[in-house]
Amino acid sequence: MKLNGAQILCESLIKEGVEVIFGFPGGAVLPLYDVLPQYPQLRHILVRHEQGAAHAADGYARATGKVGVCFATSGPGACNLVTGIANAHLDSSPIVAVTGQVARPFIGKDAFQEIDITGICVPITKHSHLVLTADEMAITVKEAFHIAKTGRPGPVLLDIPRDVFIEEATFNYPEKVELRGYRPTVHGHAAQIKKAAKLISEAKHPVILAGRGINISGAYQELLELAEKAQIPVITTLLGISCFPETHKLSLGMLGMHGTACANLAVDSSDLIIAIGMRFDDRATGKVSGFAPHAQIIHIDIDPAEIGKNVRVHLPIVGDIKNVLRVLNKQVEAQEHKDWLKTIEVWRKEHPPAFIRESDELLPQFVVSKIAEVTKGDAIVVTGVGQNQMWAAQHFCYQKQNSLISSGGLGTMGFELPAAIGAKVGRPEETVWAIAGDGGFQMTIQELATAVQDKIAVKIAILNNGFLGMVRQWQALFYGRRYRATPLSAPDFVRVAEAYGLPGIRVAKKSEVVPAIKKAMKHNGPFLIDFVVEPEENVYPMVAPGSTLAEIIDDPKKKIEVKAKPKETSNL
Amino acid sequence: MTKHTLVALVEDKPGVLNRVASLIRRRNFNIESIAVGHSELPGLSRMTIVVDGATTAVEQVRKQLEKVIEVVKVTDITGERIVVRELALIKVHATSTTRSEIMQIVDVFRAKVVDVSTDSLIVEVTGDEEKIDSLYNLLKKFGIKELARTGRIALPRS
Repeated sequence: MKLNGAQILCESLIKEGVEVIFGFPGGAVLPLYDVLPQYPQLRHILVRHEQGAAHAADGYARATGKVGVCFATSGPGACNLVTGIANAHLDSSPIVAVTGQVARPFIGKDAFQEIDITGICVPITKHSHLVLTADEMAITVKEAFHIAKTGRPGPVLLDIPRDVFIEEATFNYPEKVELRGYRPTVHGHAAQIKKAAKLISEAKHPVILAGRGINISGAYQELLELAEKAQIPVITTLLGISCFPETHKLSLGMLGMHGTACANLAVDSSDLIIAIGMRFDDRATGKVSGFAPHAQIIHIDIDPAEIGKNVRVHLPIVGDIKNVLRVLNKQVEAQEHKDWLKTIEVWRKEHPPAFIRESDELLPQFVVSKIAEVTKGDAIVVTGVGQNQMWAAQHFCYQKQNSLISSGGLGTMGFELPAAIGAKVGRPEETVWAIAGDGGFQMTIQELATAVQDKIAVKIAILNNGFLGMVRQWQALFYGRRYRATPLSAPDFVRVAEAYGLPGIRVAKKSEVVPAIKKAMKHNGPFLIDFVVEPEENVYPMVAPGSTLAEIIDDPKKKIEVKAKPKETSNL
Repeated sequence: MTKHTLVALVEDKPGVLNRVASLIRRRNFNIESIAVGHSELPGLSRMTIVVDGATTAVEQVRKQLEKVIEVVKVTDITGERIVVRELALIKVHATSTTRSEIMQIVDVFRAKVVDVSTDSLIVEVTGDEEKIDSLYNLLKKFGIKELARTGRIALPRS
């Protein structure tokens, strides 16, 4: 059967089980958009900016575990995807981005809307490929999906010249891929696992650090079993949140810069860290040289390059987490760790997690906790970046598996709305809340039109404090309260919502919060709430940059010590 | 900081050299030399990369390189029993009075003269970097007009 390149691409996407594409058309992809009506099973959602397409594909991928797909045209379209692709790369999110390219004879001539997008994307993709003939289209798509979703997932870019979409070839979808240079290790080394079991049985003060790898591998049950069998407290990274129920007595919440005090103190005092599917990001470790000074570290990860990258590792196990934990759980002995858990309980009492101070003002933390209360935790939360992200991480008490979607690695403001759109499209039966700040929301606000046009019922909570809040917080704490370029005006978000065609309400009082959330939930469609919150509220607890986890500041009522300047070597 | 020799077996496809070089740059390493050519395996090329760095950091780069889809295998052969060679072409200024002296030096190094003109010679020399450096230094006084070096290639001994 002879098909053109565009048809082969669509047929291949269908073979890969793709149902939704987030995209934006343009000259170089016109032949692709021209054949889309022949494939009604491929739902195309028109975004308003290509960055939104990449974030939506990313949000879709994280919510469903399937590969997210986005389309963009050549040149500016492709360039606009870059932030979204980089975001997916840093958070190991499987997406396949398809960009149009100028026709082959024009490549390298600086033709209209030509850009070397495969070159640009080399450091921010797991793989990228310029498809040079329609003949290689099918195998290339097959490889792209295989690479994106296996091993440590990540984004793959396919750049397709305009005339390759039109060129005809025989369509044969390959059964298998043969990639000599790509064979992820999925089974952990038996001897290493045995050693790990021994270390775990000898440890007096063990902790588990669970990252997004648990979510990716779907190893929720295995993690729970390990924690319960050996009575080891579980601490998550930001992206590990919701891989372990925060209501569980062994859950200590998140570690790191804005982690819970008990998690940070437990890590600091631990004698064994079992790090699972996490990568010791600097926001999680605090000052690396002072990280967990008494602990041996077992690091379980599918990516061998993560082992020993940021911290010293005593026992690496490379493999898929689910496989590794299954074997490990059989060998781990049941334990109690009574004294250790008692010590942790003391810390927990002294520094209660998710603490919200008494206030008549509308506090952002209060808003998040009320969303949790009204939804009973049965929602997917998608955050922006900054204070809103940290409050969303701290105050929702996540119990539902894979229910937090956040830009952890790249820290991309504006991620929330398009990613929430992607998550809602992928899991329409779920309630999806985007928690935004007034700064980040203005970066991708145009995607409100996408939600309206495609009837994507995301609920949006803007924590509107009139500042670029996290930057302001740092200016307050480390730059003598010199608020340079952080106070910002915003449009009337309620009227903006109305102009885009969705309902919105403003909430400025505590008493209005719950009714507003209920109203949003009741509404059949996208809904926006502009929560006008306390402007200068800070995120606590906090580990200042350049400090160790033990130096956590947790009481907002205490006078906050203003440090002169962050230490030069820290990664601000 | 020590000099490390990495040998990479890579798919013979467009863009691979760019990916490898870009990754090494991104991890903040300076490439001292890089040499690429076909290997004994069809469709695969062998790259010899010399970088300067601490052993743990180079190991990190090695593992990152192995993540590149078209990179099949990367070995750090530093400290192993290896055969190391580099080839250089040196165009040296030569007059009728200096030519014979140059030829004598070339002989001592078991190098070859591969081109002769009225005012210059091209010398071809193979060996490890030190040998090439010494020959180069000896020829300097005659006036080096151009120098081209391949960079190191290396194989472990059996």
